[in-house]
Amino acid sequence: MAADIISWLAVGLMLATSTTMLISRDWRVSLGSLAAQYISVFWLASRHLPFVMGSVKLIAGWMVVAALGMTRLGLTNLEEEEDTFWPRGRWFRVILTFMVLLVTAGSTPRIEAAIPGLGLPVIAGGLLLIGAGVVHLGVTSNLLRVTLGLLTMLAGFEIIYAAVESSILVTGFLAIANLGLGMVGSYLLAAGSTPIENGEEL
Amino acid sequence: MSAPLLWIAIPFLVGVSILFFLRERFSAFIGGSVAAILALIALIFPIDEALLLGSISLKISPSIQFFGRSFEFSAADGALLAIIYGLAALWFFGTEASGTANRFVSLGLMIVSLLTASIAVEPFLFAALLIEIAAMLVIPLLVPPYQKPGRGVVRFLIYQTFAMPFILFSGWMLAGVEASPGDLGTTTQAGTMLGLGFAFLFAVFPLYNWIPMLMDEASPYVAGFLLWALPTFTVIFALGFLDRYVWLRTSPQLSNAIQFAGVFMVASGGVFASLQRHIGRMMGYSAIAETGLLIIIMGLPSSEIVNLTFLLLIPRGLVLAVWALALSILKRNAYSLLFNEVQGLARSFPAAVTALLLAQLSMAGFPLLAGFPARLAVWQELAGQSLTMTLWVFIGMLGLLAAAIRSLAVFVMADEEKKWRVNESWVQVTMLGLGVIGLFILGMFPQILQPFLADLPSLFNRIGQ
Repeated sequence: MAADIISWLAVGLMLATSTTMLISRDWRVSLGSLAAQYISVFWLASRHLPFVMGSVKLIAGWMVVAALGMTRLGLTNLEEEEDTFWPRGRWFRVILTFMVLLVTAGSTPRIEAAIPGLGLPVIAGGLLLIGAGVVHLGVTSNLLRVTLGLLTMLAGFEIIYAAVESSILVTGFLAIANLGLGMVGSYLLAAGSTPIENGEEL
Repeated sequence: MSAPLLWIAIPFLVGVSILFFLRERFSAFIGGSVAAILALIALIFPIDEALLLGSISLKISPSIQFFGRSFEFSAADGALLAIIYGLAALWFFGTEASGTANRFVSLGLMIVSLLTASIAVEPFLFAALLIEIAAMLVIPLLVPPYQKPGRGVVRFLIYQTFAMPFILFSGWMLAGVEASPGDLGTTTQAGTMLGLGFAFLFAVFPLYNWIPMLMDEASPYVAGFLLWALPTFTVIFALGFLDRYVWLRTSPQLSNAIQFAGVFMVASGGVFASLQRHIGRMMGYSAIAETGLLIIIMGLPSSEIVNLTFLLLIPRGLVLAVWALALSILKRNAYSLLFNEVQGLARSFPAAVTALLLAQLSMAGFPLLAGFPARLAVWQELAGQSLTMTLWVFIGMLGLLAAAIRSLAVFVMADEEKKWRVNESWVQVTMLGLGVIGLFILGMFPQILQPFLADLPSLFNRIGQ
């Protein structure tokens, strides 16, 4: 019972962090939210995975946050790009999050009925993050935000997939995929700020 | 020595070593040699069979356990490994002539080894993870440190990352379909998820918009390598699904959907290629059209799927390598691949322009060139099934031919006074010359592929039945 309550609290934390990431313009707040989000991911993944394998997701996630944060910190002259599409703005994003929440609330019981044993909080948390990640990717072209969106979407998938596949190899590969996304995101953020070297191709 | 160590771990470690310890000038030679040696070993030494060399008995064991799962190659994989590493060697040797970045060979070796691991991993659906990791390794190649990333590379990353969850989850659902084949709901859901996953991986219309963007933004040689490597291994991965799940092959709705997607790619790729004013984007659209052909083959109700697939895949590696090499030589000198920048280059870069045009014609299925025998075989199979589809494929090929003729016209559009001069280096002329000879040999004597093709159907036993 207590575990269920904590699981629902974790889902609530996910909703708060994903909404913050979507709304906030400050990269520090966004990365802090991502770090907090991985605590919820860890908890929900650990409902079906052993503690050690669940903690891999937490550690990998925090390593990604650290890599992105350090890279962004080193880029002093990077300006936040203004979105060029309409509609845009904070309330538009809040409405999008609300829509994700509605879809999650509607589909969670149906998925639980189709695949019994996953657990409502696990499904809700997974769907919420997948939806939030996809929405995030849909409203931005900023490299840091694209990386955050992909990581969020992947985290949602990992929560649900952990319930159906508990292989160590898959957990390891998913951790590598997360770290890889973080590294690639950091590389893309830093690209363009390095001067051209002799011998590089055109 | 086990086969996964030999064809996965060693090239990966060599790639890492080249990246950190080797100077740029040797990397093409070392990387190309390693790939060529691995191809030769795959060709000469049968997997899981003892081979006596004098008093020494050699045996390559087929599998290795890794974190509770196995990576394994069968004896039939030998030909496939020879093809993969043979073509990879071609790409790596070509870096010397193309003047691409020093990281190409090292990261390229790592990418090829990861993609090779995707063939070997059991359960095979975990390959989606390895393909995703390999796709991430391509990013530093596509975006040099001094260049701001464009939209194409970001879309590429997003689409590849989207593919993995769909395929992994569909793989889990397919196990449920096997357990209760009569459950139409689960079957439809699993089929849809699998279709979406492969649509992202294959860059099916309209998800291929990143390809022409990348051809604008990135080095043509790197983009060409990407357009060779990822679809090749994705095709092998998809064949694994078709082989493993009978209902995927026997479902007429799914076959129609696959063929429709393929025909749309061929037709749209061909038509868009003919409308471009950028020779790099032309290559991108041509590669899209050829991926469409591969998808059409997978939807054919034929026992020749595997043979046709590899008959198309092997020349594809050569054609794209020659085309990308020629493009990178031209780009280094013209700085842009727009028509108005490359106009008249036939007189100053005759070898590169000739190789480019022959590769382009080969992609359009021009007789006597490498792409022709495979296209003829595909048309023969397709015509027996649907004349409408054949017509659309014909329109696509016509578009590719029109693109080649437009390129030819632009390249030869020079002042009368302009002198003919060979500005390519001897390494570039040699590499391009060898590639062009290869295009003609594969076009005129396609039977030389027979030793490779003979064993490949046994990799996918059930597809041929």
